[in-house]
Amino acid sequence: MVKISRREGRAAQLIEHHDFQSLFDVLKAKKYRLIGPTVRDGSVVYDEVARVDDLPVGYSDEQEKGSYRLNKSDDHRLFGYGVGPHSWKKFLFPPAVRLWQARRDDGSFQIIPEDYHAEPLALIGVRACELNAIAIQDRVFLDGEYRDPIYAAQREKLFVLAVNCGQAGNTCFCASMHAGPRVTGQFDLAVTEVINGESHYFTVEVGSPRGEEVLSEVPHRPASGEEKALANQIITQTAASMKRSIDTRGIKQRLYASFEHPQWDDIAARCLACGNCTQVCPTCFCSTVEDVTDLSGNTADRWRKWDSCFTTDFSYIVGGSIRSSVKSRYRQWMTHKLATWIEQFGTSGCVGCGRCITWCPVGIDITEEIAALRAEKQPATAVEAAKEDVSYADV
Amino acid sequence: MQRKNKPTLAVWKFASCDGCQLSLLDCEDELLAIIDRIDIAYFPEATRTVLKGPYDVSLVEGSITTQHDAERIHRVRRASKVLITIGACATAGGIQALRNFADVKQLVPMVYASPKYIETLNKSTPISDHVFVDFELRGCPINKGQLLEVLSAYLHGRKPNTSRYSVCMECKRNGTPCVMVAQGTPCLGPVTQAGCGAICPLFQRGCYGCFGPAEVANTRALSEQWKALGKTPQDVMRAFRTYNAYAEAFRKESDIHGA
Ligand code: SF4
Ligand code: SF4
Ligand code: SF4
Repeated sequence: MVKISRREGRAAQLIEHHDFQSLFDVLKAKKYRLIGPTVRDGSVVYDEVARVDDLPVGYSDEQEKGSYRLNKSDDHRLFGYGVGPHSWKKFLFPPAVRLWQARRDDGSFQIIPEDYHAEPLALIGVRACELNAIAIQDRVFLDGEYRDPIYAAQREKLFVLAVNCGQAGNTCFCASMHAGPRVTGQFDLAVTEVINGESHYFTVEVGSPRGEEVLSEVPHRPASGEEKALANQIITQTAASMKRSIDTRGIKQRLYASFEHPQWDDIAARCLACGNCTQVCPTCFCSTVEDVTDLSGNTADRWRKWDSCFTTDFSYIVGGSIRSSVKSRYRQWMTHKLATWIEQFGTSGCVGCGRCITWCPVGIDITEEIAALRAEKQPATAVEAAKEDVSYADV
Repeated sequence: MQRKNKPTLAVWKFASCDGCQLSLLDCEDELLAIIDRIDIAYFPEATRTVLKGPYDVSLVEGSITTQHDAERIHRVRRASKVLITIGACATAGGIQALRNFADVKQLVPMVYASPKYIETLNKSTPISDHVFVDFELRGCPINKGQLLEVLSAYLHGRKPNTSRYSVCMECKRNGTPCVMVAQGTPCLGPVTQAGCGAICPLFQRGCYGCFGPAEVANTRALSEQWKALGKTPQDVMRAFRTYNAYAEAFRKESDIHGA
């Protein structure tokens, strides 16, 4: 994706609600497969969408610790809900993928590399936190010595239609993680949905020449000052209404100083070590590799599958698992996410999307747990460290 | 094609419903490949051919419920180089282990018209309570893909890829929205070992625990959540007392919630 700087003062554009389908049509004509939110099994999931009607029109969600419910109203809002159980990572970092095959014939053997043909995908309705999560995974999978070819191939073929959130879910805390709710970063088009009396429109911000090109083929007009102000107000309200937060000041040192904190035992009594939090997290990137042979032994496949720091095998090395207790696993997860990640990738591993809170079957809440860890009196070094604000990378 | 020195396979039945053996017969497409690699030496469910032991691999289905079987399993063990148990009966005692929570003498007349002909042990116990077991394949019934994986791993001298983590891991890879969270449907997935492919949540049902306790089974915490979702202690007790009722983690949890 081509990065262009946001052009200050450029007149925001506007697409009327009834022209939104034409945006879909233009993207389809440009040979993109459209992926967006849609309702399945009582949740908003990410799947193929062909028409605006495939979106969760009129739906809103109620999210709480360990609970998610959809409600339907008769408004025609296209993006009136927050993030669901899926994240875009399933397209860039598939849950299970074959890496290569090996075949043996008559004493010799041959490696058959997998052909990763990524198809152009238009992601419809990427939220601010999710865009930041993709930027974080870019660092994980694309930067440094080892580049993931599967991720890279798909990443190059994305069109991103981002959406500014018009409401904060109960488990959201992106504002405190500096990861939302206003869309920033690399996108092609970013829209804000506004319903004002009889009018229903989307203000549009262009983020790339490709976005510009797509927009040029969709009926649109410059937004008036008032229309733009309304859209802005919505985003500001969303940020202000966010109930949860994480205090990120000195968070690295606080976590490092909390290694023996009794709160970890308290969490371990409640945690199922089921791994759901890591699987729904848009930044968690761990995988395991499995080799399978067929009965003849003439074909072997190597598969990569999502893994989790909550499994025993995850930390298995010669003869045993390093993290045999649930306490050590949760501690590893949270400490990596909020602290060591900063050292490793120059950014926090959390964007405050709230998925791990909502989709934990027993409702363990990362914001509550970190607050409990911080509440206790800390050793002097940690208190000192807390004064310094950890600078978050401009993801 | 007859290959020299093909390993021999025997399939044994103890107290069980035959469902796990059927999973082997259900490997329709792969059956020829199996026969190409392995001599089926003893498998009464499938063939009348009986080759003499000892056998390289024995698959054992079913639990031990009679004195006769308690002795027979030792003969099977002696005749087998590798003994693999298949299914919840053989690895945990099966559904028939519900008798372990009651007095079998009172149960027999309720079930049989002529109780005097019934000779049975007080408890239904897993094979590993009696003899050394090389590998336990979980499930009620077992998953055919996992069975093939275990046989392939045996043939090629490698460790089978059978995960011990929770069903949730498979459920999430499937992209299924969690039924506990999205519908308030109690699910045993978080404490149950993966292997089935998380089928029930795919069909909007909670997991029934067919594959027995996962490597970590925080049944206490899950039970509390079930109760928060409106289940009674009796419901919780019953949920843990099914096919794997006598697996330690499930047994202990069920005991907490009822007699
Ligand atoms: S840790 Fe939780 S809130 Fe943070 S990005 Fe991951 S799922 Fe979202
Ligand atoms: S925190 Fe919740 S989702 Fe994560 S492993 Fe523990 S119980 Fe599962
Ligand atoms: S539906 Fe059951 S198995 Fe799937 S994630 Fe939820 S609790 Fe786990």
